[in-house]
Amino acid sequence: MLRDITLGQYYPTDSVIHRLDPRVKLFGTLMFLISLFVADNFIGYIPAVIFLVTVITLSKVPFKYMVKGMRAILFLLLLSVVFNLFTIKGEVLVSFWKLSITKEGIKTAGFMAFRLSFLVIGSSIMTLTTTPNNLTDGLEKGMGFLKIFKVPVHEIAMMMSIALRFIPILVEETDKIMKAQIARGADFESGNLIKKAKSMVPLLVPLFVSAFRRANDLAMAMEARGYKGGAGRTKMKPLVYKSRDGISYLVIFAYFALMIVLRKLF
Amino acid sequence: MSLIVNHVSYTYNPGTPMERHALKDVNLVINEGEFIGLIGHTGSGKSTLVQHLNGLMSPTSGEIYYNGEDISDPDFPKKKLRSEVGLVFQYPEHQLFEVDVFSDVCFGPKNIGLSKKEAELRAYDALKQVGIDDEYFYQSPFDLSGGQKRRVAIAGVLAMQPKILVLDEPTAGLDPGGRDEILDRLLKIRNDTNCSIVLVSHSMEDVANYADRIVVMNDGSIVYNDVPREVFKHYRELKEMGLSAPQVTLALHRLKEEGFAVDTDAINVSEAADSIGRCFGI
Repeated sequence: MLRDITLGQYYPTDSVIHRLDPRVKLFGTLMFLISLFVADNFIGYIPAVIFLVTVITLSKVPFKYMVKGMRAILFLLLLSVVFNLFTIKGEVLVSFWKLSITKEGIKTAGFMAFRLSFLVIGSSIMTLTTTPNNLTDGLEKGMGFLKIFKVPVHEIAMMMSIALRFIPILVEETDKIMKAQIARGADFESGNLIKKAKSMVPLLVPLFVSAFRRANDLAMAMEARGYKGGAGRTKMKPLVYKSRDGISYLVIFAYFALMIVLRKLF
Repeated sequence: MSLIVNHVSYTYNPGTPMERHALKDVNLVINEGEFIGLIGHTGSGKSTLVQHLNGLMSPTSGEIYYNGEDISDPDFPKKKLRSEVGLVFQYPEHQLFEVDVFSDVCFGPKNIGLSKKEAELRAYDALKQVGIDDEYFYQSPFDLSGGQKRRVAIAGVLAMQPKILVLDEPTAGLDPGGRDEILDRLLKIRNDTNCSIVLVSHSMEDVANYADRIVVMNDGSIVYNDVPREVFKHYRELKEMGLSAPQVTLALHRLKEEGFAVDTDAINVSEAADSIGRCFGI
């Protein structure tokens, strides 16, 4: 029932992008997202398209996996396109009833659709090519400088990786409890909103109980194996930059510089 | 009352690289009042099969008939089926949610549309059947011991007064005392109400002592379907499937190999004692 959730899930294969240091991918994604807002004309988006297509090709992830992620924001995308189309004032092209489509409206709506879809695809490439563990490792190391400001970076990263690890477990647990309650005659589908909300109680209570039980067990198991926070903890596979990571940084900087130049020129 | 599983197959994730055939052409008949032991190694398809029995899963091919009616028929009353084929999942105590034991057991009967009074009567009977005393009725189910929680959860299904009671490893994780208590009570419930019981387990000792018939599953198919005595004759094949005959059966076969003229048919300790006694003329 609930097992079909694939949004942003890691796609296991071996590619240059998969092997990159997670810090590079995090930084690259951030720069890419910012660059989408730097560009303000169509010429400015050409390097973005080239950059994204290159990365997708290099990552060896089938394109349909990226599009799957788009489905989740389809509604948002349509909504913003429609609103922009009809509300922006300017040179009227078509008008009917109280609505009118303007030249500026089309332009803004186009930009909006482009930016949103690129935002989603751009960030999903990172999660598709990086295991959750690698990702949190990268975050921990990349954000390490925040320790100076007493930010508990290690703890936050640990919480993130545990939370990510628990998603499939809780999905499976939900499935199991749902079936068990259906076997006792529970009905999760019919009825109005209030009835539906009420019918969630037999599902949510056991789910919370089991989540707390699992959290307790995990905490106990971690302490039994000597876990006491980040201080003095070493890694089995420490993150080390390789030459391909250096090259990637250069490519990212070059791309970003190009985006700024294009904005100034046109 | 009868439940017929007719050439049922089930495939997980068909058409993808993760495709897995969990059930392959399974045929099974469950008659009124029978106590059936369903055994198989982890991943042999037992749990998938039992979820078909009350329509939680639908077969990829094949049919299941309850009283002669196909349960995958869109007009078939699924809710009624679920009250008549009661399914107790593994670790059923994980599904408890109410503020007290009594209301939790009332959940099932209320869902099938019984009046409050009737539901409470049934809940009371069910709790008595599993041996929960009145003093626990208004306690939080989360404060009970593991064995008690398990029995309350089973009562939650029993309260619907099913014609067939299917239990997926009801004794997993319990101590020997808790295990015997649950199995003894199940046998008594069967004898009192003449409902059928399907007991899923991977412990041969459990099923040998209680079941009238044993169904052995391996790799999605039913391999043996016979009375315990006959099934345990295949103790060598059972071992290859990662199962084993009861300890006493194995011990008797060993004695026979060593040259003692024992009767190897025994399936429990007292029968084995008789058989060894006879061999020595005691």
